[in-house]
Amino acid sequence: MKAKHQRLTLLLLALAAVLGAVLLAMSALRDQASYFYAPADVVRKGLPLDKPVRIGGMVEEGSVRHAGDGVTIEFVVGDETDATIPVRYRGIVPDLFKEGSGVVAEGRFQPGGLFVATEILAKHDENYMPPKLAGERHKAESLQ
Amino acid sequence: MKRLLLWAPLAVFAVFLAVVAVRLGSGRDDTVRSGLVGRPLPQFSLAAAAPGKPGLSSADFMKGEPRLLNVFASWCVPCRVEAPQLEELRRRGLPIDAVAVRDRPQDVAEFLKRHGDPFERVGGDPDRGVQLALGSSGVPETFVIDGRGIIRHQHIGVINPDDLQKIVAAYEAAR
Amino acid sequence: MIAEAGLAALWLAAALALLQLFLGAAALRPEGGQVIASVRPVAVAQGLLSALSFLLLIQLFLATDLSVKLIAANSHSMKPWLYKFAGAWGNHEGSMLLWVTVLAVAGAAVALFERRLAERTVIATLAAQAAIGLGFYAFLLFASNPFERLNPAPPEGNGLNPLLQDPGLAFHPPTLYFGYVGISMAFSFAVGALLTRDVGPTFARAMRPWVLAAWIFLTLGITAGSYWAYYELGWGGWWFWDPVENASLMPWLAATALLHSVTVLATRGGLRVWTLMLAVVAFSMSMVGTFLVRSGILTSVHAFAVDPRRGLFILILLGLYIGGALVLFALRAHTVKEGTTFEAVSREGALVANNLLLSAILGVVLVGTLYPLGLEVATGDKLSVGAPYFNAAAGPLALALIATMAAGPLLRWRRDSLAALVRRIALPLLLMAATCLLILLLAPGIRVLPLLGLTLAAGTAAASLGPLWRRNPRRTPLFTWGMAVAHLGIAVSLAGMASEAAFTRETLVAARPGETVEVGPYRVQLTAVEPVAGPNWTALEGRLTASRGGSAFSMTPQARTFSSPPTDTSEADIATMLDGQLYTVIGRPDEQGRWQLRLWWKPFVTLIWLGGALVALGGILSLIGRIRRGRPAKVEESFA
Repeated sequence: MKAKHQRLTLLLLALAAVLGAVLLAMSALRDQASYFYAPADVVRKGLPLDKPVRIGGMVEEGSVRHAGDGVTIEFVVGDETDATIPVRYRGIVPDLFKEGSGVVAEGRFQPGGLFVATEILAKHDENYMPPKLAGERHKAESLQ
Repeated sequence: MKRLLLWAPLAVFAVFLAVVAVRLGSGRDDTVRSGLVGRPLPQFSLAAAAPGKPGLSSADFMKGEPRLLNVFASWCVPCRVEAPQLEELRRRGLPIDAVAVRDRPQDVAEFLKRHGDPFERVGGDPDRGVQLALGSSGVPETFVIDGRGIIRHQHIGVINPDDLQKIVAAYEAAR
Repeated sequence: MIAEAGLAALWLAAALALLQLFLGAAALRPEGGQVIASVRPVAVAQGLLSALSFLLLIQLFLATDLSVKLIAANSHSMKPWLYKFAGAWGNHEGSMLLWVTVLAVAGAAVALFERRLAERTVIATLAAQAAIGLGFYAFLLFASNPFERLNPAPPEGNGLNPLLQDPGLAFHPPTLYFGYVGISMAFSFAVGALLTRDVGPTFARAMRPWVLAAWIFLTLGITAGSYWAYYELGWGGWWFWDPVENASLMPWLAATALLHSVTVLATRGGLRVWTLMLAVVAFSMSMVGTFLVRSGILTSVHAFAVDPRRGLFILILLGLYIGGALVLFALRAHTVKEGTTFEAVSREGALVANNLLLSAILGVVLVGTLYPLGLEVATGDKLSVGAPYFNAAAGPLALALIATMAAGPLLRWRRDSLAALVRRIALPLLLMAATCLLILLLAPGIRVLPLLGLTLAAGTAAASLGPLWRRNPRRTPLFTWGMAVAHLGIAVSLAGMASEAAFTRETLVAARPGETVEVGPYRVQLTAVEPVAGPNWTALEGRLTASRGGSAFSMTPQARTFSSPPTDTSEADIATMLDGQLYTVIGRPDEQGRWQLRLWWKPFVTLIWLGGALVALGGILSLIGRIRRGRPAKVEESFA
């Protein structure tokens, strides 16, 4: 019967669409999702080149330098180990950005180890905590 | 075959539920406010958490003068971050006691040696019982207790230099 | 007194919902004839009592009754009355009460006005609606009581955060809630029809206005939210693929698919099982969205009062409702009659393609939103999925979708020919070619994707007006106008997005007062930076003079500091012209007396939200058209 045939065809098309979408998604995720790196992770796993990456940690005291053009800033991100990541960012930093405070940045690593940030993340809410640091900053126990 | 396929959406949904339930169960940063501000400190008596320091009990907070109570742990990274601020508070004359949560004496001693020791007493809370009774859901947290053992102020998370004023003010108000 | 009355009304409403469920279940049994007549009145009463409860909550907020915990925590006697009013739903408990109220009122509306559908199906729908409401009533009454008292009452409330006193922030959530509730009603219809095995065109016509209404609200909510984020966050972006944004986009995608599918069922009797599935998916997406936002399970730049316990509750409700519906679906779907057949090249075929593409985009967005969560559970790795992924994965699908949307309305129902389609689409195709050439001439360096977008937008805009071509405007049904306007809106929005992506010019400098910089066609001079003060803030205001050709005007972006709570914000200043927006942000000074300035020239960016408004307008026209019609819609629509 044509009608039954049609329903089956539609069902198979739907499955194909869903499968296709998932495959497309996985392929895009492989190339475009950005893993989170704390300074210790860079030491442990090596420099992730050619991928967009998110780093997080504490802005080390005394490490912030303003470049001559007035809009480029360089600083060093550290964590509870001795590992550090030097960062360069061109733009207006959010007001929550300061030395001794937490920061999360999106961007890419250069071969020499410098992290060039395209975005410094902050919320328009004073209670924001970068995700990894949220786990660190206030260690909450689980639901039970 | 088609009948079986009709159950597929349910199966996918069940997987989603399972993943999410696991994630929910493993916890997230959650600032749950203590409902105890304005209420008396719960009764407790804790053994010493570090060699050479006395333990801590709720009776220590009923001596007529306000005190600070800091809930911390040696494995808590942010607690190191707030150590200078605690030092500063002590320098300004605020007496501070502490509860070390889920900790070992040698680790607590090591922590105090490395990051400074602003505490007069440190009680060990190995099973979080006191922490939970205080309505604290994580570390670090700091409470201002007045001289009659009533909780007057709760500070959740790291004490930043900007927070010092608030805590000192709460301490003064508790007199 | 009022609070107790409000709580009592809420309890009564919940009890009525329980009664509605039982009566509905009883009425559906073979011997249930006597109780059938009682279900509708109970639904109406539930709606009234729920509304009463919410109105009383509003009254408490307007009066700033600080003896009620919710008001003490979220309001303040000095708040402007508009925000006291909006404060009623600007918190977890109040918003849950709003949800429950709108759902109950929707059920009352169905009880009062739905006469075309078979009585048993209406009863089953109302029973399903009551079941959904019950979960939320339980949540409210046992875990989120909005009327809880505080003893002693504090001298003043806590809720004077000026950052939250913003019209967008105040009215954006209810818009989305109305959308979610409309989808809940559509879901109830689907469950009801499955229960009574009445999945046919009449059911589709009963469900359609609810889907339309929900979809209109979601469109408005998303458009408004996007514009609010654009001017408020100061980054010049208009969509960030933030989990909270996705939480509203995913129901919209599902609702759009459902809207088109239900039309096929209503007019052609086809796509029955498909429509049912989409109703379940759309409802699932709205509940998943709510869950994601409130549970704190995903990090987002939005700060909601998150609580894993609330997340757990919503998760349980989600499991019950959707799991139940999917079980019902698996058991009953095979009893649904086959729909009428159609060829691949036909209006139905195009709508199927449209639905498939929408579902694919929905899948891509869902995977991207949930993948970080899944990965963290599985391996502990933290990963973030942002714009690069979504643009790469969903972008091409969206373009294909828009192309389908352009061609679909130009196809006849049931059977058409490719040749005929090409004939009808010749003019839009010509327009596309002309646009493409023109752009390449004027802007040779343009990237492929924006060029594709602009070209497609031009063709789609022309094609969307196709169904109106050579028709007597007064004899054209309102819902045809609605379709044309909505599709035109999509094209307009696409043009805005492509233009913004291709032609935005940015200037980022540190400038001294007196210096001039250029951005796009504008020359902007920083004349001075002055301290200014407002009612509860102080700021450093940049005085800029922007000029282009002959005319000049001033702009004043600010770096603002609020005192309570102490916060720093950046207040961008945006100037809107006919052909674009000049977006200015001022940052910090450096030691040499220079000020950071970030300026954007965004040509035609306003088309993005104008398009969104057009889409919503199209929906409204369609809704009015359907409601006015009363009798079943005409089966065939013809065009030149």
